[in-house]
Amino acid sequence: MPGQAVESQVILVVGGGIAGITAAVEAAETGYDVVLLEKTASLGGRVAQLNRYFPKLCHPTCGLEINFQRLRGNARIKVFTMATLAGLSGARGRYKASVAVSPRHVNANCTACGDCAKASQTQVPNPFNYGMDKVSAAYLPHPMAYPMRYVVAPQVIGTPEADAIRAACKYGAIDLDEQPKTFELAVGAVIWAVGWQPYDAGKIQSYGYGRVANVITNVEMERLASPGGPTQGRIVRLSDGREAKRVALIQCAGSRDYNHLAYCSRICCLGSLKHAAYLREQYADAQVDIYYIDIRAHDKLESFYRKIKADPQVRFIKSKPASISAGENSDPILHGEDTLTRELYDRPYDLIVLATGMEPSAHGVTPALKLSTDDYGFVVPEIDEEAGIFAAGVAAGPLDVSMSVQSATAATLRAIRAVRTNGAAAHKGQA
Amino acid sequence: MMQATQERKTGVYLCGGCGIAEAVKLDTLEAVASKEYKVPTCRRHEFLCSDDGVKMIKADVAAGSVNQVVIGACSPRVNAERFQFDDTQVIRANLREQVAWCQPPGTDDTAMLAADQMRMAITEARKSSLPARHEGGPYSERILVVGGGVSGLTAAREAALSGHDVVLVEQSDQLGGHARRWSKRMPQRPPYAAPQDNDIDGLIAAVEADPRIELRRNCRVVKTAGGPGKFAITLSQDGAEHEVAIGAVVVATGWRPYDPNKLGHLGYGVSPDVVTSLALEDMLAKGSLKRNSDSRPAQNVAFVQCAGSRDPNHLPYCSSICCGVSIKQALQIREADPDSSVYVLYEELRTPGVAEEFYRAAQRAGVIFVKGSVKGVGADLTVTIDDALLGEEVPLAGLDLVVLATGMVPNSAGMIDGAQEQPAVPAADIDPMSPIAVAGYAAAPPPAPPRPPATQISVAGVPLLNLQYRQGPHLPILADGFADSHFICFPYETRRSGIYTCGPVRRPMDMAESAEDATGAVLKAIQAIRSVSEGRGLHPRSGDLSFPKIGLNTCTKCRRCSVECPFGAIDESPEGFPVVNASRCRRCGTCMGACPVRTISFDNYSVDMLTSMIKAVEVPDEDEEKPRVLVLACQNDAYPALDMAGIGRARMNAYVRTIPVRCMGSVSMLCISEAMSSGYDGVLLMGCKSGDDYQCHFVKGSAMAQERLAKVGETLKSMALEKERVQNIEVSIADAHKLPKILDDYLAVIDRIGLSPLKGFG
Repeated sequence: MPGQAVESQVILVVGGGIAGITAAVEAAETGYDVVLLEKTASLGGRVAQLNRYFPKLCHPTCGLEINFQRLRGNARIKVFTMATLAGLSGARGRYKASVAVSPRHVNANCTACGDCAKASQTQVPNPFNYGMDKVSAAYLPHPMAYPMRYVVAPQVIGTPEADAIRAACKYGAIDLDEQPKTFELAVGAVIWAVGWQPYDAGKIQSYGYGRVANVITNVEMERLASPGGPTQGRIVRLSDGREAKRVALIQCAGSRDYNHLAYCSRICCLGSLKHAAYLREQYADAQVDIYYIDIRAHDKLESFYRKIKADPQVRFIKSKPASISAGENSDPILHGEDTLTRELYDRPYDLIVLATGMEPSAHGVTPALKLSTDDYGFVVPEIDEEAGIFAAGVAAGPLDVSMSVQSATAATLRAIRAVRTNGAAAHKGQA
Repeated sequence: MMQATQERKTGVYLCGGCGIAEAVKLDTLEAVASKEYKVPTCRRHEFLCSDDGVKMIKADVAAGSVNQVVIGACSPRVNAERFQFDDTQVIRANLREQVAWCQPPGTDDTAMLAADQMRMAITEARKSSLPARHEGGPYSERILVVGGGVSGLTAAREAALSGHDVVLVEQSDQLGGHARRWSKRMPQRPPYAAPQDNDIDGLIAAVEADPRIELRRNCRVVKTAGGPGKFAITLSQDGAEHEVAIGAVVVATGWRPYDPNKLGHLGYGVSPDVVTSLALEDMLAKGSLKRNSDSRPAQNVAFVQCAGSRDPNHLPYCSSICCGVSIKQALQIREADPDSSVYVLYEELRTPGVAEEFYRAAQRAGVIFVKGSVKGVGADLTVTIDDALLGEEVPLAGLDLVVLATGMVPNSAGMIDGAQEQPAVPAADIDPMSPIAVAGYAAAPPPAPPRPPATQISVAGVPLLNLQYRQGPHLPILADGFADSHFICFPYETRRSGIYTCGPVRRPMDMAESAEDATGAVLKAIQAIRSVSEGRGLHPRSGDLSFPKIGLNTCTKCRRCSVECPFGAIDESPEGFPVVNASRCRRCGTCMGACPVRTISFDNYSVDMLTSMIKAVEVPDEDEEKPRVLVLACQNDAYPALDMAGIGRARMNAYVRTIPVRCMGSVSMLCISEAMSSGYDGVLLMGCKSGDDYQCHFVKGSAMAQERLAKVGETLKSMALEKERVQNIEVSIADAHKLPKILDDYLAVIDRIGLSPLKGFG
């Protein structure tokens, strides 16, 4: 777009998960100013909620810590949490972004000392653990939260308890009157990294999620296995606290299915192999059955598959299970047909884990963004440099962590080019 | 600015908030600063990170009475942005997470711990200064791209569009690489159902027309010297050599198909009508599908998936693209000839993401997918399949063509004149202990230092860049032969700074992902150039201005630093002295940990600093029966885990004194012997996991520490101490919940073997 003036060189990154964090630090370390918006109370997105990564079984918080160090030390990055993009007008180099901020009711004075939590009696579902346990109405999102700042849940606002919470804070950090607000920002380019949400397992009627006890999803399994989770890392049944040793992992719960998600969500096979590893690490006598259509362990991840497959206590059953029903002792029963043996099965388990897929975040693409999406809501990989808006991470397709980082790094180069003032013409290309 | 030449004016600021004042008497801590250490400025605030508290510090800095700030408050992991003052070094004493939040308030032990935290922080301040940046210009902004396939072309184009001059080197006479052979490519646009036109010619034309791109065909890299921002790279083209100044390098040397001659068990060689995917592509490009044997049209075609891939006897990994490629070719065959019969024989059909639609399109188009493993192919092309569905071996007869979907082998090393495979380079070529050819290097070999573990894997073939680095000419690779990378969180990071790999040399990937990968690699290349030109370190200590300085007057030329650097940042002069290439350095301090004569230091990090901090701790006399254990904790993982134990208000052992270190690799064994001779009862190293699934952000740091520790037994023996007194444990960042027990268990060991007999002699 020759001749068009760049009025703002600021890059707006929408979404504070691994893709958004990566884009923000990569852009800042290349010398550009960044505003990072995150809709929840802390950065890290889905990655922060994972117990471990495949295939190394290392901890996502390890890489996040490095990224947070990079963020903290970099004056070029401004982070807004509880913030979404409400509107965007203008053009590349001179966008006006309207940012909507929901009340956290805790201001920057917060030292995370925790006195507010002590003054709170109400327990609210813990969003970090997908509601599997509860936290005080004044809570730190999780021990590694960035920013390290508490939140007061809207449930107690307007109650005497809220006043007690405010009174408990020595630092004047509680702001019960905080209202939703909107402010405007001048930005030159946008990186759209809004990520994903787990497919709603309740929509797969026959699997009984929410209806049959001890049927959980793969993201819940991550929290269950995590030392910071609702059971301090013990993989037990939420119904009765019994150790979950006979476990079925159901692949493509929603994915590769025209009634739900037509595409393959890429990460669920590896996720379940990892869950098998968690179970086998925890219980020497665990018996894990993985029900699959195809095991998709691309490139070097194949060796992780081979390792799990060699374990005689992990069975691979080619089958798309038909249904799950409630059995005795709160044991869910899995019904279906083995595709290879044609054998019908009705097997009780301690726990059934649905490997639900990734759905593009409900954040949705606002029409103002000028991004076109496919039928599933993923941004199509047509790179329109003239628009100066670039998708990164799972907003652009179902990707794993490594690919999301690649995608975010590529989007960063495009965004930088969009706000450069010295020369280089924009071009249209494709990924 | 506090620099070495200036008068040091330290100010100590204590915070009483968040329970600190309840846990310890601030008077005591202030006395440590003002009486023990005679710090002239010492102030306290009940809420130091407030605007008011920060203003108080700023006023002292502005007045010139303080040029070095010691903050006794929360962990250095929080409020870093609040406690930032222009040109002023800030040192943090962790009184909150690691004292007030994990110790009982008001006890003597808590007071002693807090006082020691202050002593260590003030000592750290005395023994360090604000780092002066490395000045090493001029720097080049030009980017070298090696490889002219889709990854390299994209990288060159992206770099040029971003305002950088590019030298693009292609070893053959043609651009486009394997991508030129694809008649169509896999779909990238909705509805993702049909093969898409291959636009490689457009990309080639754009690169050829770009005035910023200096295109060199029939060209190879002969050698690479220097470092990011100032690589001196020698190219060989048409028999002549040219040297170019380069800022950063993108390696996009791609892949080659797995040698089908090794696939006799899948029928390669039994008939000319058993062909590879690439050979089929050439046939499809011609427009008509005819058998090689008799030129009859090929109507009945079977694809054998995983031909060589996912096979421990061949390629252990999945080549990722072959399922998509076979589906594309199957669709092309079906479209050209509706009477054709096309079979895809697979074990696992892998079409991740929206490529699932492509798989469905093939099913709709009548391509027959058979799950099973291929047991053999006869001379008449009859394929025997162990059919997973039928549970028995069945013949598939009447085929005209059998296509082996061969996998990808990374060109992590170059080949000599098109030869398929080269014998492995003699181990000496990449043995970090063997000297590389440096002009004038003729000195007698110095005494052999301890040999590092064999983490470097031999690379077959010619070194791609022929690095003139002490650690050898090759780029490090991973166990599967692909170029090394920190492949989950930071996939672009390699162990050779300023050199970024992209495309299938890094991981099997298709054209679309290669283009995306190349674009990201260019961003990292540009970032590296910018960072080093400002003297800043690269990932993971991005922005760090400190760099290692070597006092050559005491250097014994033992070569440990140059051998152990995980990034090959230290070379040797012809006289055998270490030469630091600051722009290659990632600031982990492994060299400092390696040096037996403590002559390597950073402005703000040194063995002297660490040992002084260790000695600053007041070790109680034996009759007090209070043990002291030194914990050296990795800043990135173990230290945050200790913090999180505090955030969770876990009760931690009060006899422990913790010093965060940049990496376990930076821990000199002198720190351990100093601690022992100062009367500590034990030393615990808390580093990251080493080995194949290493979690060390500096790759080899924790492995190096373990290697050195294996020899510390001798030192302990000479001091008449038990070897249990020094231990190394691997701690991950998620181990906060395990730490109280780990420390208590260790203190129980000390209790069992008794207090150190060396107390009072230090």
